[in-house]
Amino acid sequence: MNYKELAERLRTKKIVQGHRSCAGCGFPIIARAVLASTDKPVVVSSATGCLEVTTTIYPFTSWNIPFIHSAFENAAATIAGVETAYRALRKKGKIKDDIKFVAFGGDGGTYDIGLQSLSGALERGHDFLYVCYDNEAYMNTGIQRSSATPYGASTTTAPAGKIHQGKEEFKKDLARICVAHNIPYVAQASVSNLPDLTEKAKKAFSIKGPKVLVVLQPCTLGWRYPSDKTIEIAKLAVESRFWPLYEVENGKYRLTYKPSKFVPVAEFIKAQGRFKHLLKPENKHIIEKIQEHVDSEWEKLMDLCKG
Amino acid sequence: MKYKIKAITGAEAAAEAMRQINPDVCAAYPITPQTNIMEKFAEFVADGIVDTELIRVESEHSAMSCCVGASAAGARVMTATASAGLALMWEILGVASGLRLPIVMEIVNRALSAPINIHCDHSDSMGTRDLGWIQIYSENAQEVYENTLLAMKLAERVLLPAMICQDGFITSHGVENVEIFDDKDIKEFIGKHKYKHSLLDVKKPVTHGPLQLQDYYFETKSQQITTMEKAKNEFIKVGKELSKITEKRYYFFDGYKLNDAEVAIVTLSSTAGTSKVAVDNLRKKGKKVGLLKIRLFRPFPYKEIGKILKNIKNIAVLDRSASFGTNPPIFSEIKNALFDVGYKGKVHSYIFGLGGRNIFVSDIEKLFIRLLENKVRDHGFIGLRK
Repeated sequence: MNYKELAERLRTKKIVQGHRSCAGCGFPIIARAVLASTDKPVVVSSATGCLEVTTTIYPFTSWNIPFIHSAFENAAATIAGVETAYRALRKKGKIKDDIKFVAFGGDGGTYDIGLQSLSGALERGHDFLYVCYDNEAYMNTGIQRSSATPYGASTTTAPAGKIHQGKEEFKKDLARICVAHNIPYVAQASVSNLPDLTEKAKKAFSIKGPKVLVVLQPCTLGWRYPSDKTIEIAKLAVESRFWPLYEVENGKYRLTYKPSKFVPVAEFIKAQGRFKHLLKPENKHIIEKIQEHVDSEWEKLMDLCKG
Repeated sequence: MKYKIKAITGAEAAAEAMRQINPDVCAAYPITPQTNIMEKFAEFVADGIVDTELIRVESEHSAMSCCVGASAAGARVMTATASAGLALMWEILGVASGLRLPIVMEIVNRALSAPINIHCDHSDSMGTRDLGWIQIYSENAQEVYENTLLAMKLAERVLLPAMICQDGFITSHGVENVEIFDDKDIKEFIGKHKYKHSLLDVKKPVTHGPLQLQDYYFETKSQQITTMEKAKNEFIKVGKELSKITEKRYYFFDGYKLNDAEVAIVTLSSTAGTSKVAVDNLRKKGKKVGLLKIRLFRPFPYKEIGKILKNIKNIAVLDRSASFGTNPPIFSEIKNALFDVGYKGKVHSYIFGLGGRNIFVSDIEKLFIRLLENKVRDHGFIGLRK
């Protein structure tokens, strides 16, 4: 979907202004773009997290479409219940509309505490789209480490100190965990490439069954960069191959965007305060280790794309 | 009064009520001794006897989460669980009541771990007594069936979730003759579920579960408190409607030979049945003993209970669960109720049957005698190894 079409579609205003997310936050862009990718009515569930708390401060709401928040770890199970009610009531002729179902969750609510609920909903084959806005830590509660936090990043629960240099484990590969459920569609996307994101969302909405989008979303507070750099930094993640854009349709991998030239992951790292400690000469080996990991993951992905 | 008698277990009685209710959505996870309910109900689904969408979830947490989603979407929703399953649901039980969703859940009471134990006590449901669910306790399979019908209509009328409790194995696996009332009559009694704020009403979007801070949370909770109190009156009204079909009386509690009783036992669920035998045996010997069996535990009918127990000299309250470090749940409520009426007699607390330890008619007879002779301790255990 090109920007002109997207701009046109955004006029449907499924989620509207007035919410209280930070200046420079990426998830309102992601939520608006995903929801603009279908013409059908949509019902949304959301995990507890930044998206939910900033858009539903009673007595206000930014949601112009039906919305439910239940708890942190159950956005997938909640939407599974809604979607099942829809099938039950449609079968009885009580509902006529053709409705789409979307669950949103951050990385904490998806990679960690909500993984079981997501796995169950994927396995049962509910017809819904799960969108993880991945900002690589528990941002809503103040930047704590999650299993999506990348190696070397400093967070409030795994801070860089005299002995430890931030997180000492690599990020979990959520997209491939979802692929292992043999669902029809899984994709990685980034807030920096909206034509790519909306094409993926559009495709997901056209497919029956469970679909997952994992969308990288830089966080100004957690990643520590000026609020006008969100898109730039997300772009660096993609260009440095730290966050490849690809889709897996019925098990078939396809790279949807190929970076034209080699950009070292150090470029992505240097732009953010959460990696500041890695720039010390004695931590050079950590950046090298991250580069090695990025390279090997990229190679694995290329092999998968070759089929 | 049209009914058929079926020789079924308490679990099957719950499933029979669910068959007649024919909910839109059920979400459940297996756990002993609840599983028999959902297995029976799954047969109804498999044979097309009900047209319920049954979600076989991956945990009880997701079971209740699916129920929340489905109920907020306007579906009539039921589930069932026990023990650890109810404990795992804990967080979402509060969401269900806070969002005012009329979900109805069968509870087959079972002890909580540790030590792990699959048999009956009430620590599971008693542990959730402050989470905003209506709680109805059933003496036998017949009551499980009727209480379920009553709970469904009551829940939808007051927009509060409700649980119907039966004793694990004792009731759930024991076969009894159960009167199953006419399908058509029950269908008419249950009626249609009309939910005003459905998520599927895309033309009238509603935000469910918003963030409420210091400025609004209290008001929302106060409405929940008030509605729970009002549910008592609605319980009576719905009970009267059900009486038209069953010709039985549904009250907050049942007094058994209480009118002229000098001493009484207060308890609930299957032990009430055991206690009735003890009462009958002693009455034959001219002893003035009686029983108060509680049916509705949440909301708790303080005033009515205070009134009926006021003139009894010696009372023993039998709890099948503990509240560590304080009075056990039923005893605590009874004491509150008696305080309000300026009770002059004595009330004693006994814990029995934890982890499925049997209680016998003779145990209860002995307790009655001690109450009559005023040779009873303030609190103690029944059936504990020496």
